Amino acid sequence: MIYEAASEAVVLFFLFVGFTLGLSFWLGRKAKSSAGYFAAHGEIPWFVNGIAFAGDYLSAASFLGICGMIAFYGYDGFLYSIGYLAGWIVALFVVAEPMKRLGKFTFADALDARFNSRGIRTAAGISTLAVSIFYLIPQMVGAGVLVQPLLGFEHWQGVLLVGAVVIMIVVTAGMVSTTWVQFLKGSLLVIFSAILTWLILDRGFEVKSGGEDGYQFTTWKAPRSVLKSYDVPIPELGGRRIVKPEGAWKDSPEFLRLKDADSDRITYWFLESENGVESVNVVEAQSITKQTGQPDLVNGETLGTKKGEAELHPVGFISQLPNEQKSTGPVGLGSFFSILQNSKVVLWRSKTVKVSDDTTTTVYYQKETPGSHILRPGEHPRFAGIRGTNFWGRLNFISLMLALFCGTASLPHILIRYYTVKDEQSARKSTIVGIASIGFFYILTLYLGLGAMTSGAMDVTNSNMAAPLLARSMNTWLFAAISAIAFTTVLGTVSGLILASAGAVTHDLVNNFRSHPLTDAQQVRVAKIASVFVGGIAIVLGIVFKGLNVSYLVGWAFSVAASANLPALIMILFWRGATRQGVIAAIITGMTSSLGWILLSADTFQKVYGIDSGGYTPFTQPGIVTIPLGFVTLIIVSLLTRDSRQESLQTGSP
Amino acid sequence: METRSNPLGLTLFCVYLVIYTGFVLINAAAPQFMDWTPLAGLNLAILYGFTLIIIAFVLSIVYGFLAGQRDKQTNSENQGGAV
Repeated sequence: MIYEAASEAVVLFFLFVGFTLGLSFWLGRKAKSSAGYFAAHGEIPWFVNGIAFAGDYLSAASFLGICGMIAFYGYDGFLYSIGYLAGWIVALFVVAEPMKRLGKFTFADALDARFNSRGIRTAAGISTLAVSIFYLIPQMVGAGVLVQPLLGFEHWQGVLLVGAVVIMIVVTAGMVSTTWVQFLKGSLLVIFSAILTWLILDRGFEVKSGGEDGYQFTTWKAPRSVLKSYDVPIPELGGRRIVKPEGAWKDSPEFLRLKDADSDRITYWFLESENGVESVNVVEAQSITKQTGQPDLVNGETLGTKKGEAELHPVGFISQLPNEQKSTGPVGLGSFFSILQNSKVVLWRSKTVKVSDDTTTTVYYQKETPGSHILRPGEHPRFAGIRGTNFWGRLNFISLMLALFCGTASLPHILIRYYTVKDEQSARKSTIVGIASIGFFYILTLYLGLGAMTSGAMDVTNSNMAAPLLARSMNTWLFAAISAIAFTTVLGTVSGLILASAGAVTHDLVNNFRSHPLTDAQQVRVAKIASVFVGGIAIVLGIVFKGLNVSYLVGWAFSVAASANLPALIMILFWRGATRQGVIAAIITGMTSSLGWILLSADTFQKVYGIDSGGYTPFTQPGIVTIPLGFVTLIIVSLLTRDSRQESLQTGSP
Repeated sequence: METRSNPLGLTLFCVYLVIYTGFVLINAAAPQFMDWTPLAGLNLAILYGFTLIIIAFVLSIVYGFLAGQRDKQTNSENQGGAV
């Protein structure tokens, strides 16, 4: 789809970003010391910190990624909502209070509280950097996605804009401004998502055969016998002529290429066959053809908005409602699902065909899907394994859900938020506020995603755009507000991640290796330099990983965090036998094994390296192997090094 | 380092862990159960999913209340001991 900027959206957006930056500069005056820069002097009220948790945690993955996945595949995206929230139970019941009690600035503080070890600090610092950078990628990808329809910018321009603004926020004021930006964003995100949900319920459902641009997709019923009649007008197909399949098209018999009756324009159609029936449904598809050195073709015409040019039609509609209704009118919180359960929705799938060395065509085709399938797990290719016969598919699912459960309490940018409140009680209370607001938002994601799925406003090429496009289908001002909030969502989370990275670089890496500790002012200066550096890396990665679903990328970050950090954190809290060597070994083993697993998985080969058949791991998600591996490593190494632990405890040396 | 045990937190954690594990295992082993619509036309996938989110909130409130009581009791005991 071609996005054009709406002036009210641009005005509201810049007002919002301007206010955020202004707030940041104003608050920045108060945070000159390292205690202020890294931990807001521990003076953030617990309620504000709780909402800031939501602002920190509800990232682009939650808002854009989950809504997009639900909009394209149904319930499967909601599995992420469930897993992300469940992780807060670990944070509240196991980690929150000890973190506050043991730490000061970074996640490594808590790990290192018993040993005062240079090695633990280094390992924890590196792990913080690795997890934060992994987590930054989807945020930056999300930023590029958002700015595209809002301001009409290219993806890379959006990433650059977010990177620059975030670096400015972090460099000016550190944790104080980051907290208030996150508080603002967390509150607005939850409030506006609730408004959007109310509008979805009020709008109800309506049977349609096309999206909001009014274009009606055609379906022809044709006898199978005519499908081999090439280059002659076929009345059953509106006089169109079938193009004989050649080259790569021979391997895609599910598609029919038709020439218009009155021109040579080629359009693409999907053959929907029913077993034992002599006729087939020839269903209109959409296509993008990319040719080196020539403009892209959309549905057989040059991409553009002028006369004679074409752009992809927005999609997402219900083809059948229960009791042959045409529309439902407003629906309730429960009837929203029960109606959808008994309806049929047209989803869109895609296939890319490499026609020649310099030409590829991606065909987007309709797949009418029963609502009962949309509202159950297993529709998305990533989760389809649970309905298959392959054991690894089921294990992959368990592995992902384990990583989501264990990942939250291992995310450095979440853990450092415990240092911004005054005591353990405040840490606990702020976590409860966080769970309430985050849980409420995650319930809304199912309404938002399914509302987007049936809004007629979806872009078939980009699932990440579902939530903003849903808002645009309601009202331009709402779209502007939602986009600005989503943009601030990215700002809030990216600020937190960069701050966590900067803290790790300053305290766990630079300060750790100096004979004389850095002064207060030097610590803040090093952190600011590190912020610029990490922000630069995030910008580059955000541009490189443009096409991936952001929620999917966050799943990886959770796996790395859970594998590298959780075993060390839990065992230090609950096992007196843990040694510094055991902790270091667990962090390094968990981090390298999970990273290695991800980089060698078939999914990465396909989606990142562009190699369709490859991969050396039996399934994609590493958590079920690498999290226990971290625990086992810590126990074995601790048992083997028990004497040196006693020695180090007695002498206090690292 | 001093680690204080937190039996209340660990008990509630185990309660949630059992419910969450049940959800994951049903999906992995017998996903067809998720199609079942036991209540008001809503299937088990939606009911169980919403329940997991709501129970997380309920348990956190219970924990907040009981841990607050525990802290008050500990504080009063400490003050009594000091006198």
